[in-house]
Amino acid sequence: MSDKPRKFKGGVHPSDSKALSASCAIQDAPLLDKYVVIMHQNIGAPPQLLVKKGDVVKKGQLLAKAGGFVSVPLHAPTSGTVSAIDKCPGPTGISVPAIHIDADGEDEWGSPFEPIANWQNCPAGELRQRVWDAGIVGMGGAGFPAHVKLSPPEGKEIDTLILNGAECEPYLTADHRLMLEQAEDVVLGAAILARILGLESAVIGIEENKPDAIAKLEEVAGKYHVRVQPLPVNYPQGAEKQLIYAITGREVPVGKLPMDVKCVVQNVASAVAVADAVVKGIPSIERVTTVTGRPVKTPGNWRFRIGTPIAKALELAGGITEQPAKLLLGGPMMGIAQSSLGVTVMKNTSGILLISSDEVSLYSSEPCIRCGRCVEVCPMSILPATISQAVENKRFDWAQELNVQACIECGSCSYVCPSHRPLNQHFKWAKVEIASKLRRRND
Amino acid sequence: MELKFIIISIISTGIIGVLLGVIIGVVAKAFAVEIDERIEKVEELLPGANCGGCGFAGCSAFAKAVVAEEAAPGQCPVCSGDDVANIASYLGIEAGQGEKMVALVRCSGDISNTVRSLYNGIRDCRSAVVVAGGAKGCDYGCLGFGSCANACPFGAIEMRDGLAVVHPELCVGCENCVATCPKNLIVMVPAAAEVHVYCNSPEKGAAKRQVCKTACIACRKCVKASGEEEHMLVDGFLVKTNYENPPSADLVEASACPTTALRVAGKHAANEYQGVSK
Repeated sequence: MSDKPRKFKGGVHPSDSKALSASCAIQDAPLLDKYVVIMHQNIGAPPQLLVKKGDVVKKGQLLAKAGGFVSVPLHAPTSGTVSAIDKCPGPTGISVPAIHIDADGEDEWGSPFEPIANWQNCPAGELRQRVWDAGIVGMGGAGFPAHVKLSPPEGKEIDTLILNGAECEPYLTADHRLMLEQAEDVVLGAAILARILGLESAVIGIEENKPDAIAKLEEVAGKYHVRVQPLPVNYPQGAEKQLIYAITGREVPVGKLPMDVKCVVQNVASAVAVADAVVKGIPSIERVTTVTGRPVKTPGNWRFRIGTPIAKALELAGGITEQPAKLLLGGPMMGIAQSSLGVTVMKNTSGILLISSDEVSLYSSEPCIRCGRCVEVCPMSILPATISQAVENKRFDWAQELNVQACIECGSCSYVCPSHRPLNQHFKWAKVEIASKLRRRND
Repeated sequence: MELKFIIISIISTGIIGVLLGVIIGVVAKAFAVEIDERIEKVEELLPGANCGGCGFAGCSAFAKAVVAEEAAPGQCPVCSGDDVANIASYLGIEAGQGEKMVALVRCSGDISNTVRSLYNGIRDCRSAVVVAGGAKGCDYGCLGFGSCANACPFGAIEMRDGLAVVHPELCVGCENCVATCPKNLIVMVPAAAEVHVYCNSPEKGAAKRQVCKTACIACRKCVKASGEEEHMLVDGFLVKTNYENPPSADLVEASACPTTALRVAGKHAANEYQGVSK
């Protein structure tokens, strides 16, 4: 393994706008009187509800248990009463079931498990179970249950653990601040994850635009055989497959998982959550989220409880100075536009971003001029222009032949397209149509 | 000299032509494929829309099935009663005509009734539902980008102010629209039924009214107005027409639906309920 990272094919360089919040230290958000915990926060099966209306819960108490192996439990963000099991606006635009909790202000602990002080001697299985019990998901944005990645099936050997601290999305600085302020916890989390996988060491990949975080991590990394790997600034450097290539030179084949090239990637925030769960016995009930954007009065990074309404988060950031045109959960490249302030912070909400009206414009999509820029920037080496035409003509079979499933939805193609074609939406649509066709065939 | 060549070529071409003609004649007789002329005749009588509403690959495949008595002429949703009777009498079989069904879009929330946010993406319902759920406030209603209208081979679905409206007189019941709707809003109902509830949201009345002015709030006025007769059925927070025993068009007047979710299909198609909300 060389120290010089490889450059993956393609990618774009959007203005990163991280200066808005990069120097703002993480603040603990004050306790609210109401939290709305969205039930289904993870990729995979939704968890199964354990509480009912009127139940009194303690902070950290189990609200719902995992609904299968690819599923995680949910815990109460604070102590209080379950006031309702009702719908609330969901991140994808349709209402979703949620647990409404009226806080009692005591914030009294009722943790479902004890700290594991001597984790170095604890069996890997027990540590893995703890990661699951703590409800930890990929906190970079995907929300994939962390324990699943830590459970390679029989015969799959893992030789590299990569911690993803690239944070290549513009505007977001939550992971940056976390690595800077809690470098010890990041490294500790890395060491615990490495132990679960039976590895001696781990690599933390960070984009070079965060030199302070790199320096800080390098200071403490030696303690647990963790190596810090600075990476060139290139979006989407933090995409799993691109990160693996940059650090190990291995390419994950289409339709395969990082496991198939002996790698496991976890987000740095997830690593901190793992450290908290093991060493402090704290389940995943809070996360660091960046509240930013030009219309935000005082952008910054806050440690929010899961279930904090977006409206409250924006209030903490001083409110708005101008009417925003768009509200995104996540960064500007992959974030999802929201139509309601009632959506709440979830385990994978890395950012709350407001875009002002002069930064975003309404456009209509024009015909493809075959300039090939999308092909140049596509980090997955597919042909966005051709696939987009296939989808426009509802030729989903053709899109499938052109490997639309390999698309990681990074949005680089939409970003560079001079005809403003909704390429990313075309691909998301095609993937759904192809998946539903496969389901119909299997039925 | 030159005349001789001309005569020879005329004669030889003539002989070749006669020979080939004889060969073609013999081959046509010897290898003739027997076609049931009834299939051709039935296909002529069919509308030729190739909509697939009968469940076969097209009119030709359906004609073959009808002649083979694997399908009844009445299965063609496009044929009028007379067309079906013609085919049946020509073949001397039962018409087997079922009840005529038409599509019903169970939503009345046009863009003036239920708008939530600006949507600037691909104008196709199946695509909008993947990224942000479109521009409408209701999770259960018509998205308004016309995937069903595009799928209709008969132009029976009109997109009006972001709402799909079926024109029952044009709808032949081919069901092409039913599968395209990502919200599963479209159902087939008997054409004889005139009164429908144009709402599909199972939410509580108050929640529905927050997002849509013309939602069915299950106030049961229509249920009461139909008296002893069970014309309308209550299903949770939604009332549905009892298609086993449909009410007459008068019920809409009599029940004075406060949200105008209860509508007469013909009047809804003619846009007579515009902006009505009491």
